[in-house]
Amino acid sequence: MAYIYFDHNATTPLDPAVLEAMMPFLHEAHGNASSFHSPGREAREAVDLARKQVASLIGAQPAEIVFTSGGTEADNHALRGVIARVKAGAGQPPHLVTSAIEHPAVLNTAQMLEQQGCAVSYLPVDEYGRVRPEDARSAINDATALVSVMLANNEVGTIQPVAAIAAIARERKAIMHTDAVQGLGRIPVDVDALGVDLLSISAHKVYGPKGIGALYIRRGTRIAPLIYGGHQERRRRGGTENVPAIVGFGRACELAGELLAESAAREARLRDRLEQGIRERIEHVRINGHPSERLPNTLNVGFTFVEGESLLMNLDIERVAVSTGSACSSGDLQPSHVLLAMGFEAEAAHGTLRFSLGRRTTEEEIATVLDVLVRVVARVRAMSPMYRDFIKGRRPAAASKA
Amino acid sequence: MEPYTEKVMDHIRNPRNVGEIDDPDGVGEIGNPICGDVMRLYIKVEDNRITDAKFQTFGCGAAIAVSSMLTELVIGKTIEDALRLSNRAVAEALDGLPPVKMHCSALGEDALRAAIRDYMAKQGQQLCVCGELDCPCRPECEERERTRERAHAAAHGIEVEAPEDSPATAGGSTN
Ligand SMILES: Cc1ncc(COP(=O)(O)O)c(C=O)c1O
Ligand code: FES
Repeated sequence: MAYIYFDHNATTPLDPAVLEAMMPFLHEAHGNASSFHSPGREAREAVDLARKQVASLIGAQPAEIVFTSGGTEADNHALRGVIARVKAGAGQPPHLVTSAIEHPAVLNTAQMLEQQGCAVSYLPVDEYGRVRPEDARSAINDATALVSVMLANNEVGTIQPVAAIAAIARERKAIMHTDAVQGLGRIPVDVDALGVDLLSISAHKVYGPKGIGALYIRRGTRIAPLIYGGHQERRRRGGTENVPAIVGFGRACELAGELLAESAAREARLRDRLEQGIRERIEHVRINGHPSERLPNTLNVGFTFVEGESLLMNLDIERVAVSTGSACSSGDLQPSHVLLAMGFEAEAAHGTLRFSLGRRTTEEEIATVLDVLVRVVARVRAMSPMYRDFIKGRRPAAASKA
Repeated sequence: MEPYTEKVMDHIRNPRNVGEIDDPDGVGEIGNPICGDVMRLYIKVEDNRITDAKFQTFGCGAAIAVSSMLTELVIGKTIEDALRLSNRAVAEALDGLPPVKMHCSALGEDALRAAIRDYMAKQGQQLCVCGELDCPCRPECEERERTRERAHAAAHGIEVEAPEDSPATAGGSTN
């Protein structure tokens, strides 16, 4: 039986057209993009084309794109690169403003910077997982060098008011970064409309290969390199270019641009059908995230009385792949930091699943997943002492408030 | 995280002895202090031998496999032998657990102890929380147990009337 893959926020399958574009560069076309001979020039031209394709999807100039090893490196580069360039003057440590619901690529980098003496403010979110621009306004001070707020959250899909926050950052002369890894290919991403100076993206979330991404750096932005080395990427990122991956990323961005409007509408329709089916057929569920300001492919659902991983394993047995929180936190025992920031009790945050649809998701898959889910939730609930107590009237439906 | 073994998957797919015993001789309910998961174990005892065991568990896949395997292992055992069953032994019977999931096996051992303690109390016998029948250091063992329960409450984000020395903070992760 085929697998139903509803975990596109973790990663997407390589599009066959992307693979096709990459193939020559994995084999015959092996030149180093820095070499002057013809194999080198062939590689250089391929990288230049990919740079244009990536830039075009986000409304940037090709020269503003720096290829990185992925979204994580782009986030590291943005945060560490900006803070490294802050003049160590006036005795005041540099200040970074970010949010409580960022991906670990940003949060753990911010924590590392904090240990090195940088001051960091973590903006809270409302119950839908949205940062309030007014909170950003009050957090920014004269020492604020960088504001970093993600475009869309990977766990609940909530889309952040990045343009509004960027406008405030600009007024206060702070550099604005957004982690747009989950937004790319799912919602329109335009660096000027957003008003950002730095923007992180990753190929494997847009049907491209893993291990390649980019940092958009607006012309004139003060930022140090993260990786020192050769003169590649205009000295902003040392290391021989990963030509096949860059070529794949370029092609993936080109496809994403062509398919964006259609696939977003289709995925939203299927996602809404899944959401409605769950609400109708399963009791004691909560839909997490913003009702409208949400990635079209993402559905995060809390199932009361049960724990997420046991649901995930049972769905896996039935050949349905979903995730609990983000893939990075699987195996992590703590409840999701995103749901906790949204004000959930730890116990409620434990029993959530994330369904993330993709280009190839079909209506039949939605119907199958609904049937399987009804069965699996009933099975796991039958095992739950909390559910027993609830059925026997010994426990309220909602997890008790502290 | 490392994948689960085939045995673990088998018990997740097909858990044994799920449910409750209507008229149990002992019930133990334990919360895992590390993750907040909960296991409840019911036992039936005849002539000092566990004749039936059933469980209900709110927890991860490993917790469910541990609960299921534990019931299989204890049925037929005398109380003394059951008390000697360690979480290591349950994990080994499952062909091992991923390192981050080793703590899940504690849920089984602790729930079993609690169920036996409950059974003993009904017989007018006092089993120390450490598992010893005539434990000389009972107060210390009980204090350790209270600390554990507070940690469990903390994992749930529940504020308990904690003594000054133990801050009951919810473990919010940053990744
Ligand atoms: C929001 C966000 N940022 C960053 C990353 C990391 O990207 P990569 O896997 O390319 O390092 C991810 C994906 O896991 C993500 O969802
Ligand atoms: S993570 Fe809680 S028992 Fe396994």
